Amino acid sequence: MVQIKNKIIYNEKFKGNYWHCIFEAPLIAKIAKPGQFVNIKLSDGLKPFLRRPFSIHNISGSKLEILYEVLGEGTKILAGRKKGEYLDIIGPLGNGFDYRRVDKPSGQKTILVAGGIGVAPLLFLSEKIKAKDKIVLIGAKTKKQVLCEKEFKNSGCDVKIATDDGSVGFKGRVTDLLKSILPALDHRLSILYACGPNPMLKALSDITQKNNLPAQVSMEEHMSCGIGACLGCVVKTKNGLERVCKEGPVFNAKHLIW
Amino acid sequence: MSINLSVKIGKLKLKNPVMVASGTFGYAEEFKDFINLKELGAIVTKTITLNPRQGNLPPRTCETPAGMLNSIGLENPGLELFLKDKLPFLKKLGIPVIISIALEDDPREFVELAKRINKINALSALELNISCPNVAGQKTLISQDPKATYQTVSSVRKITSKTLITKLSPNITCISEIAQAAEAAGSDAVSLINTLSGMSIDLARRKPKLAAITGGLSGPAIRPVALKMVWEAYNKIKIPIIGMGGIIDTLSALEFFIAGATAVSVGTVNFINPKAGVEIISGLKEYLERNKINRIGKLTGNLKI
Ligand SMILES: Cc1cc2nc3c(=O)[nH]c(=O)nc-3n(C[C@H](O)[C@H](O)[C@H](O)COP(=O)(O)OP(=O)(O)OC[C@H]3O[C@@H](n4cnc5c(N)ncnc54)[C@H](O)[C@@H]3O)c2cc1C
Ligand SMILES: Cc1cc2nc3c(=O)[nH]c(=O)nc-3n(C[C@H](O)[C@H](O)[C@H](O)COP(=O)(O)O)c2cc1C
Ligand code: FES
Repeated sequence: MVQIKNKIIYNEKFKGNYWHCIFEAPLIAKIAKPGQFVNIKLSDGLKPFLRRPFSIHNISGSKLEILYEVLGEGTKILAGRKKGEYLDIIGPLGNGFDYRRVDKPSGQKTILVAGGIGVAPLLFLSEKIKAKDKIVLIGAKTKKQVLCEKEFKNSGCDVKIATDDGSVGFKGRVTDLLKSILPALDHRLSILYACGPNPMLKALSDITQKNNLPAQVSMEEHMSCGIGACLGCVVKTKNGLERVCKEGPVFNAKHLIW
Repeated sequence: MSINLSVKIGKLKLKNPVMVASGTFGYAEEFKDFINLKELGAIVTKTITLNPRQGNLPPRTCETPAGMLNSIGLENPGLELFLKDKLPFLKKLGIPVIISIALEDDPREFVELAKRINKINALSALELNISCPNVAGQKTLISQDPKATYQTVSSVRKITSKTLITKLSPNITCISEIAQAAEAAGSDAVSLINTLSGMSIDLARRKPKLAAITGGLSGPAIRPVALKMVWEAYNKIKIPIIGMGGIIDTLSALEFFIAGATAVSVGTVNFINPKAGVEIISGLKEYLERNKINRIGKLTGNLKI
């Protein structure tokens, strides 16, 4: 975990409201694991006041990539930051996904489920997982918001898409798409990783527990420090409240209480 | 010129006047990767209660203009687990550790806490948090009433000879009245200020941004309020004031000394810049050198009016 200024080497629109930013960040890149995040100071002044957390989307060599959705004040400011500028980043933070069981070519079947910007941490995970049998289910509102289809394919994933309006792929929720492929899986030999909006993660927790499918989900809660000090970012778990930035952001689905 | 940054708070001698505010620095270990913790003047722990507390439900924090709201609700492991799990790390640092304590409902809890803490050499001082706005069910705070403040502080004063600091709330009409009550009851110093109560609304959902609806405001947004309270109290009491509220850098820390603070505490800024505390220590030293002032104490209350 370091606090350091890193140079932006790329910051461009990726698709629709989604942007792709790459930093030259050798110290963070060296130790980052899939599922971890970085906490970035987006401006030098007081606006926005707090840092903003972003998942590590990918690491290549000394480069750190994030994928972000422009939502409010902070992400608007980030989209305005230019190549060559330096941003103060703290990272890598959080626990990351546990993918030891699928970290060999003969490993188990991996199912990745991404909702919207939830693709962000899953691409890095997919790049790292050596097992051949990988499938990603990408959920989005419409075709225009489907992210990283090509990137997942390149990382060796079988890609399936669900859109709310059916403009591409399965028409309906990504959780329904998952239900439709579940019967064909050997649940004992599969493992699911997910990131996306809370209602999606809750539905996934139900489905995977009913089917005895091990699942790890990456959670979000409002963060102030990102380093476990403020106790702001807690979620309900079987051990009481736990910090998303420290005990998480990745939790075993069956450990969470919704 | 040799610069003397040391200050005295009760019996406590600090090598420099910069400490970290309760609840914004965890139990210090969270910051060990970013700074040399030994450089800090003192560390104030997250507030500890006699029994463990789970705190409030999330969302517990949100951003506001130049600040933030929190409604953590004093989550902490309780005194015994604190002593067992958190103190060993703090002890090794070799700098003063100030334990912040609060009661949940029974005034006798303070007495019990103080008795137990008396036996712990590694704890140099106690900070009585009688000003946390985030405890459900508490309609008024002890530090909103001079009599209650007096009674509470004296009950602990009788038990402990350790340095006793009383942390006051800004959610009152007259700060000097409360500060005087703490002084009269034997407090060695006062910490000014805890958070201001406030709220924020998510317009799209017409819901409060915090699950607890209201919370405590901190950060630069409250600095003018904090400064004024330090200045008012300084004019009425003789015991040292530990100033805090929106300090983010050397310049904002300097304002507090000039308003009357003997030491300062950095709070919310730790979340944004974990190095803020140590940067301020070297910044103060440079400022004194540049202005040919040999002792930080000379700045305290040096307001020209
Ligand atoms: C561990 C983690 C990883 C994340 N990864 C990504 C990512 O890879 N890509 C991406 O686009 N987004 C990610 N997010 C969400 C991202 O942090 C928010 O979208 C961003 O902070 C919005 O800031 P804003 O100022 O633009 O929007 P605001 O107008 O401030 O808020 C928009 C939304 O973002 C939330 N938000 C604002 N500030 C914070 C904060 N400090 N912490 C958490 N949530 C906040 C608000 O509650 C609100 O729902 C992640 C969040 C967490 C907790
Ligand atoms: C997240 C958070 C938690 C806090 N918890 C405590 C606490 O447990 N006890 C306490 O006395 N003050 C607590 N405070 C108040 C701070 O110690 C400080 O008095 C206040 O935030 C003003 O200083 P600042 O603006 O520099 O943060 C907390 C503040 C924040 C932001
Ligand atoms: S964001 Fe502060 S504890 Fe997690």
